[in-house]
Amino acid sequence: MSPTDLPTDAATAGAPAPAPLLTVRGLRKSFGTNQVLESIDLTVGRGQVLALIGPSGSGKTTILRCLNGLEVADGGAITIGGEVTIDFGRVPAPSRRDLAALRDRSAMVFQHYNLFPHKTVLENVLEGPVVVQRRPRAEVTAEALALLDRVGLGDKIDAHPFELSGGQQQRVGIVRALALRPQLLLFDEPTSSLDPELVGDVLRLIKELAVEGWTMVIVTHELEFAREVATEVAFVDAGTIVEHGDPKQLLRNPTQERTRQFLHRLLFPF
Amino acid sequence: MNQSTWDLFLSSLGPIILGAVTGTIPLALVSFTVGLALALVVALMRLSRRRWLSGVARVYISIVRGTPLLVQLFVIFYGLPSLGVLIDPWPSAVIAFSVNVGGYAAEVIRAAILSVPKGQWEAAYMIGMSHRRALTRIILPQAARVSVPPLSNTFISLVKDTSLASLILVTELFRQAQQVAAFSQEFMLLYLEAALVYWAICLVLSSVQGVLETRLDRYVAH
Ligand SMILES: Nc1ncnc2c1ncn2[C@@H]1O[C@H](COP(=O)(O)OP(=O)(O)OP(=O)(O)O)[C@@H](O)[C@H]1O
Ligand SMILES: [Mg+2]
Repeated sequence: MSPTDLPTDAATAGAPAPAPLLTVRGLRKSFGTNQVLESIDLTVGRGQVLALIGPSGSGKTTILRCLNGLEVADGGAITIGGEVTIDFGRVPAPSRRDLAALRDRSAMVFQHYNLFPHKTVLENVLEGPVVVQRRPRAEVTAEALALLDRVGLGDKIDAHPFELSGGQQQRVGIVRALALRPQLLLFDEPTSSLDPELVGDVLRLIKELAVEGWTMVIVTHELEFAREVATEVAFVDAGTIVEHGDPKQLLRNPTQERTRQFLHRLLFPF
Repeated sequence: MNQSTWDLFLSSLGPIILGAVTGTIPLALVSFTVGLALALVVALMRLSRRRWLSGVARVYISIVRGTPLLVQLFVIFYGLPSLGVLIDPWPSAVIAFSVNVGGYAAEVIRAAILSVPKGQWEAAYMIGMSHRRALTRIILPQAARVSVPPLSNTFISLVKDTSLASLILVTELFRQAQQVAAFSQEFMLLYLEAALVYWAICLVLSSVQGVLETRLDRYVAH
């Protein structure tokens, strides 16, 4: 399965100057008195990959959670796929249904995988498409088996998550997200809880997905990966996007001092 | 132990076990089942964001835990008739024990629900689940596994507490023992025998608990 199979994409194929898949305008979020996001603007075109980098606590995860409707922003607007705009500034605040509509368009891969421990690998993948989306079980199962096979887990479909390595669990997490047929894939530091020797497999898989044309927002500390896979990099610090641009340009030659310092710390930790 | 004591021991084993099989065990099973259903409702109320719902649950739990089971039993069986409400011994016992389990198990279930990592809720929402579906398909199955050890303890306590039902004339293990004791005047023997049978039942329950725990422990998110 690739994102170009999706009807929504097919419908816009060939249209002149396609609208961006994701537009974020003035997104704000506070926890109590702690202003975590101050006016975030983002645009991601179809098939583009945006990498978010930035120090711990800068708000990267919060951005993804707002995009997936797991967190309700205090202000600003999110548009995914052109049609649905969720405006967080308006009164009354977005309903559960609005958030659900937003969530339907994206799927998230979590830092700590968050697989369902009481379900098998296959059940983890089927839960969304079959139970929630009510697609035919046989069709979804065939699709899920093909995806699991592709990521090298064809022989693990009946295993439970606790029987898998971290790298295997994260690949299941990615398949679970893909099986939802989202328009947008969100990755929150997908490799940062993995042992170093398991990181490669997961990054390679994400790179393949990028090549296939999936639209993605990836929070990562893997600069080399960002340089190679992302079409754009944004540096987030203290809840704002300090600068964004072409990965090769920004990662080698940032224009902002804060970006320069962050990259330096990442490259020379001690 | 001389021959006649031994004979009395053996011959009273019949009525005592009969009391366990027709009284103690079904009383415990029925009360536990009803009590668990009640506890689930109370736990969910307690976790509700609606203040009055969680308030009601909190008061219920506080009353159950703050008053003796024997007093609860007497209020229902000996107290309610003065308000014109007459309930037979068996249903009185089931009501009292269920209400009691409902209060204690609610706290166990609430703690178990809270022990499921937040990431499980998020993953459930992420795949598009509603709150209710996330609760029933993702959270409660995991909470159930976490609650097996404490709920087994609640059940074992309940089995022993059913002996209080003898005081409202329910024919169960201990009442059978009391009757034989009154008739034979062998109090020490009969009460020790009753204790022995309770102990045997609890040993069986503990080993079942052990098996359940090792089976279920693995499927829990850490
Ligand atoms: N649910 C919450 N309640 C209160 N504060 C929160 C909550 N979630 C995040 N925060 C705060 O928001 C800020 C941004 O957190 P966020 O997780 O988005 O950072 P991050 O950039 O993803 O960091 P990291 O690289 O460590 O994952 C932090 O100061 C954090 O303490
Ligand atoms: Mg984070």
